[in-house]
Amino acid sequence: MGTGRLYAAVAAGGFRRYATYRAATAAGVFTNTVFGLILAYTYIALWDEKPHLGGYDQAQALTYVWVAQALLAVMSILGGGFENELVERIRTGDVAVDLYRPVDLQLWWLAGELGRAAFQLLGRGVVPLVFGALFFELALPGEALVWLVFLGAVLLGLVVGFAIRYLVALWAFWLMDGMGAAQLAGLCGIFFSGMLLPLNVFPGALGEIARLLPWSALLQKPADVLLGEADPLGTFAFQGAWAMVLLAAGRLLQTAATRKVVIQGG
Amino acid sequence: MDSSPYSRHTPYGTCDSHHQHRPHGSHRQYHLYGPYDPYDPYARYGPYRRLRDGLRAYRMIAAMWIRSTMAYRLSFAMTTFGNFAGTVLDFVAIMLMFSQVDELGGYALPEVAFLYGLTSTSFGLVDVTVGSMDRLGRRVRDGTLDTLLVRPAPVLAQVAADRFALRRLGRVVQGLLVLGYAVAVLDIEWTPLKVLVVPLALLSGGLIFGALFVAAGAFQFVAQDASEVQHAFTDGGNTLLQYPPTVFAQELLRGVTFVLPLAFVNWLPALYVLGRPYPLDLPVWAAFASPLVGAGCCALAGLAWRAGLRSYRSTGS
Repeated sequence: MGTGRLYAAVAAGGFRRYATYRAATAAGVFTNTVFGLILAYTYIALWDEKPHLGGYDQAQALTYVWVAQALLAVMSILGGGFENELVERIRTGDVAVDLYRPVDLQLWWLAGELGRAAFQLLGRGVVPLVFGALFFELALPGEALVWLVFLGAVLLGLVVGFAIRYLVALWAFWLMDGMGAAQLAGLCGIFFSGMLLPLNVFPGALGEIARLLPWSALLQKPADVLLGEADPLGTFAFQGAWAMVLLAAGRLLQTAATRKVVIQGG
Repeated sequence: MDSSPYSRHTPYGTCDSHHQHRPHGSHRQYHLYGPYDPYDPYARYGPYRRLRDGLRAYRMIAAMWIRSTMAYRLSFAMTTFGNFAGTVLDFVAIMLMFSQVDELGGYALPEVAFLYGLTSTSFGLVDVTVGSMDRLGRRVRDGTLDTLLVRPAPVLAQVAADRFALRRLGRVVQGLLVLGYAVAVLDIEWTPLKVLVVPLALLSGGLIFGALFVAAGAFQFVAQDASEVQHAFTDGGNTLLQYPPTVFAQELLRGVTFVLPLAFVNWLPALYVLGRPYPLDLPVWAAFASPLVGAGCCALAGLAWRAGLRSYRSTGS
């Protein structure tokens, strides 16, 4: 199929685009490592105070810290993904060019985003995790199969994250300056992905709800798969279901936007 | 003061006339270049004059950006709220930790809140005033810094005010709220010295973080693409200081006391107020040395900034 090759080329372009900025990648790795270090010490204090908090032992909690730092850029939880560019293209009207390309808008951006993530997994993910493993006692699995399943969960998490941010970015068709909406969505992402604190440490009903929201697919679920705390098939089903629902919603919104909204400067 | 129309059109805004009309000595050469000496444009001004010019330029640029932001009012309201909510979530994470434990590193929630409020407020104030410096790397990369160099205002003031974001006040408000909560809940025996230490901490925190931002700006002349490194020190420093020093390893504490003196932002002043032992057996008066440490940081950052600016070579395109 020609289209498959096309999207592969877009993904490869996304990969190469980010691979160009080597100094920026090194800087990101350094920053992730510093934050990992700070958080690791706070988690040690926390788990010293209450061992087996949230069902993790201390080694698992520390693994969680470093996996989170490794996935931070991959999942673009703090931003830095495609969404700012898409919002900007909508604001300036350049999105008109994207719309009359003979490709699907959503899949085009998804392919580029997966290419970016693939680079950042290699460029920004590996080093912090290795650093963490060298200086702290982590609970990393020995079997290759667990790592493979983890990568699968990361891929599905990426699709969910993309679908959420695609939905948010499309609001720019109506709001024009989409910064505010993107920021609020970003905050939900930071909090409910488990970036600030593992979701299984969240107390009571808040924890129950947080673990059901789509953002948990970004970090908590992949980390739990790696730590052997979650059933891989159940995790895939959860992530897959959210991915389908959110991608479909994005498609609906896209249809509405292209039918009803006059594109700026178009 | 001169009030002739020409005085207003020199590149430095208003200008003392007696400098321009002095017919003798080294001042004479300025007429050859017009009023501009490309090698040291501020040579004839004292530091006070430079500061005043810088602040004036800063005020004007900041006011321009505020007007520009207000073009999208709804978006401004949302981003300000977002900024506030973002830092609130930061503290919510700490509260969630304390929903599971009573103490962290031997400190209870109100004590951690006191640490958090102090660092968050001073960091927030610095973030409002010079937080846009992280855009400098982009300007160096694409050559738009040239525009700032030919404008008749100090470059540091222009870079600091670039895209001035009033929405960042959200963090200051949040920091003050947490600080207020801590002071209300904590049972502190206030003495005049303890009362004095709180504004001193905010001042020195502002100086130290401000120096960090300016030094990071200077670093961007060299690093360009690698500008994200600065977040490890600015945001990373702020995150570190939200937790009690007892949580961290001794080597890390030594590093943030003697190398990058972040400990003076809030740890030492707060521990003095809380009557807690200092890390590394530092003397009691160390808390009062914070503003001096801050001033020293600013002086070093100023030197770094000059060196960075002098090393700038335009992309030429």
